[in-house]
Parts: sequence; C-alpha cells; structure tokens
Amino acid sequence: MAEIDLSRPILDRNEELAAGNRALFAEAGVFVLDLMASPGAGKTSTILATIAALRDRYRIAVIEGDIASRVDAEKISAHGIPAVQINTGGACHLESDMIRRAVDALPLDELDLVIIENVGNLVCPTEFDLGEHAKVMILSVPEGHDKPYKYPGIFQIAEAVVLNKVDTMPVFDFDEAEFRTVVGKLNARAPIFPISATKGDGVDAWAEWLAGRVDAVKRA
Amino acid sequence: MHEMGITQGILAASVDAVKGEGGTRINEIRISVGEMTEVVEDALQFAFEALRAEPDYAMAAGAVLLVTHVPASSACPTCDGEVFEHGRFDGQCPKCGNPFVEPRSGHELRIDSIDFD
Repeated sequence: MAEIDLSRPILDRNEELAAGNRALFAEAGVFVLDLMASPGAGKTSTILATIAALRDRYRIAVIEGDIASRVDAEKISAHGIPAVQINTGGACHLESDMIRRAVDALPLDELDLVIIENVGNLVCPTEFDLGEHAKVMILSVPEGHDKPYKYPGIFQIAEAVVLNKVDTMPVFDFDEAEFRTVVGKLNARAPIFPISATKGDGVDAWAEWLAGRVDAVKRA
Repeated sequence: MHEMGITQGILAASVDAVKGEGGTRINEIRISVGEMTEVVEDALQFAFEALRAEPDYAMAAGAVLLVTHVPASSACPTCDGEVFEHGRFDGQCPKCGNPFVEPRSGHELRIDSIDFD
C-alpha cells in the first residue's frame, strides 16, 4: 500500500489546451467570446443581431457548438460570416480541443472577433475554460426571473448577462427588479443588458460593451 | 452530465500517476470539489462506477472515490483582506457589505491523493 500526493487539477488537460488556445488568440490579436444559454434563449438570434451591429467595424467569425446538426452555422453563413460547426455528438459542453480544431479552420489573423456559441445548457459549460477572453450568458424573459436561484454557477462565472426577448415582458410574469437583485448578489461585477435580438432593442448598448472588449485586445 | 467528462479526467490522471510510481492497483482516489462548482457528487459517483470498469482504467476497477467538499470563501479588499466563508447568494463582506470581493476557495476540482498497491 502506498500513497501519492498529487494536488493536480482534474481538468488540467483541458486547461493546458485552453492556455494554448489563449496564446493563439493573443498572437492573432483576436477577441474570443464564449456565449452560453439554455436552448431557445436566442443565442443564434443574439449573434446575428451582434453581427449586424458590429460587422462594419470588425471582422467576425462564429464557432457553432451543437450536439448535432448544422442549422445554426448555416444561418450565420447565410449572412456572409465565416462559421464553423462543431458537433459534440452528445457531449453537453464544448472543450478546448474542439475549439482548437475549429480555430484551425478559420483565418485567425484576418479576424477581430470570434463568437463561440456553446451547447445550449445552463450547467455544464461553466466548468470548461476554452481559452476565451470572456464568458457571457443569455437568459430570455420566458425562462423566468427565478433562473439565477436554480443555476447560480453560470451567473457567477459570466462577465456580462444579456436578458433577451424583453419585448415579451408584458406577456410573462418576469420580475426584472428581483432578477437584477439576485444577479447582483451572485456577481456584482456583471452588467446586465436587456435586449430584443429580433426587434433590435438594446442591442447597441450590448454591442458597445463588446466593442470595448474587442478594442482592448486589439490595442494590447 | 459533464460529470462523465470530469470522471474520465480523474481516472486518466490517476492511472497515469500510479503507473508512473510503478503501482498496479488503485484502492482509493481522494478529490476536492468546491461548493461553487457545478459538480454533483451523486452524478460523479455514478459516472465513476460506470467508467472504472473500462479497459483503459482496469487498475482502478475496485477503486473508491472519496470526495471532500470545500466551502466557498472570499477576501474583502476593504477590510484588510479579511477572509470569510459564504454560500452561493451571500458572497458580500459580512462586515462592510462590499460585493466586490476576491474568491479564495470554492472553485476547486482537484485530485488530492491516491492510495495504491
């Protein structure tokens, strides 16, 4: 009988690969956003609205993570934006090696902003560093203001929270004040951007925040 | 069910480490899981029982997974870095109410030690 003291991170293989991704992104001067949300919160619509707001200022590409299908990548490509699809084949989140393979298919040096659409899930993507500059989450009004109580981890790790589908506020019993209070308790630093991705409301404020982050990386 | 991927990480790293020490059988793997992670111990144990039987991890076929839960703590920069423990929803400094504190523990996902023959 023997014992080894290991004191080693369980996800160190993923973290090593994430560090490699981070170095690639730094070398290319490209800002990378990991966008997380549950299925149907409007990740693809938010990405399209963000592209519409920023495409004249930045060269943008999208990495689409899904369990199966290419439907989201096709929607993005239809707007003339390079999109790479990753199918996880059942995995509930993206990992660094998947991002590395997707990035190899993109002209990184010719880009300013890469948006990663993570697999629709409010739990699993939070534990995996992809080498991104910021994790941002989207909650949509129909999901309810109580979601931060049920899925606190994702609100804690997000650098910003997008509240989508605010145009549906009159139809749903969504208490925005309570939502802001609980998100503030979980993560006082994260700004909240109420938007309607399909109607365009609030998209400018969100896009300006993102542009500030992209510019900071370009200046570095 | 990201616990499956996490458990693969635990088993692969443990088998590597024990092989490196010349061991042939893993008896116990001790890990720390922070209270602020999104990892559920029941799901971890379920995945561990399912995966330890795989050929790649054969030396861990009879192994036990022992989980230590680490409470969340943070330091308050305005109260001389005083460290306090807290839950998910009360991460504000209990003295001055500052919500902009620095996390100290609670995010661990770490293999601490392995008992082997």
